[in-house]
Amino acid sequence: MSLYYVQKFLYELNRDESLQKRYLADRSGVLTPYELTDEETGALVDPDIGLLFHLGVNGQILMHFAALHQIEWADYLQRMRDGIESYGPVREGVYAMTGYEGVDAHAESLGQESLAVDGSGNTGQEEG
Amino acid sequence: MPLVYAGVCSHAPGITGRADQADPATKDGFYAAFDDMRAAIEASGAEALIVIAAEHFANFFMNNMPAFAVGMADFYDGPIEDAAWLGIDKFRAPGNRDLSKRLITEIMHTVDVAYAEEWKFDHGIAVPLHFLTPRFDLPVIPVNVNCQGPPLTPIGRAWAFGEAIRRAADSVPEKIAVVGTGGISHWPATPDSGKINEAWDRDFLDRWSRNDKDALLDYDDLTVYADAGQGGFEIRTFLTISAAASGATGTVHFYEPIPIFAVGCTIASYKL
Repeated sequence: MSLYYVQKFLYELNRDESLQKRYLADRSGVLTPYELTDEETGALVDPDIGLLFHLGVNGQILMHFAALHQIEWADYLQRMRDGIESYGPVREGVYAMTGYEGVDAHAESLGQESLAVDGSGNTGQEEG
Repeated sequence: MPLVYAGVCSHAPGITGRADQADPATKDGFYAAFDDMRAAIEASGAEALIVIAAEHFANFFMNNMPAFAVGMADFYDGPIEDAAWLGIDKFRAPGNRDLSKRLITEIMHTVDVAYAEEWKFDHGIAVPLHFLTPRFDLPVIPVNVNCQGPPLTPIGRAWAFGEAIRRAADSVPEKIAVVGTGGISHWPATPDSGKINEAWDRDFLDRWSRNDKDALLDYDDLTVYADAGQGGFEIRTFLTISAAASGATGTVHFYEPIPIFAVGCTIASYKL
């Protein structure tokens, strides 16, 4: 587990256009300087947005990585939901600190309808 | 000069990046409130705009995370995001290094701040500037409060920081406007993106409008996270403005949840 280095790589990637070009040309090669597990390396190379969210990557970092891969917003949200479904609750980081277990459980805890039906982030309820 | 303007606004990237997906009437109302805010800042005669932001790992990371940071440069570039994704073209905003240095020097008497001679704006500052100084003709001083990487800046310290900013702004000859930008409740960039706890937001805005220090500091992060998401941690930026405008009461000019923008969209200001 080296969430710090996964996020460190993404932080540097997000703000450095030259690194973005090198990453897109050689995804594995640019990861060499970082202390990553095979699972983490695979998630960054694929890329597996759902696994990265499950590992605990902050969404504010992850959304830019998704945009780099031309993943549309609704698809990005759905991939995270699928990641929780496939891999389980977030392991580490800010989303794990209160036992967050995904969109349905979270919505239920607030007494609200789940947003998972519509991946766009629209609830179908006006202004809801 | 005494502080000439104090307000708060939302900054979510969807406000500009996904504008075409929102209900047009609601979006137009929100944009109009932003226009009114710009007009009020211009009418105040402000010579510099301090933006108290909750930046999102564009400049500061967990290798060296400051509780508070203030920009000290003559220009700032942005946005770091893809221009098409954010709906804002790349820009260079003017700063004022000399003014920043004088403000930081004064702030440091009571609050330890990091200063930064380079700073790349992300949506947290780029979206407000897009509306508030679209011609980039007003010097900007970026400020960050750590709302993202725990352990976060304690909210009581954010209050002390706001008081220090007010003291510093009042001590310089220039007319200063301050705008805080953040939450309120939201779950940005997560599977829950689009969820907004409107009741929680309205309660917070009531406390903010009354500028009730005790009520505003009566939050803890675990409860905020449960009720308002990790985006709720950004109330620190609103609290900083409350402290900077201590004694003044405020008005909420606009509040509407806009799920595709992933936040309850807010424009509010204090009567100084």
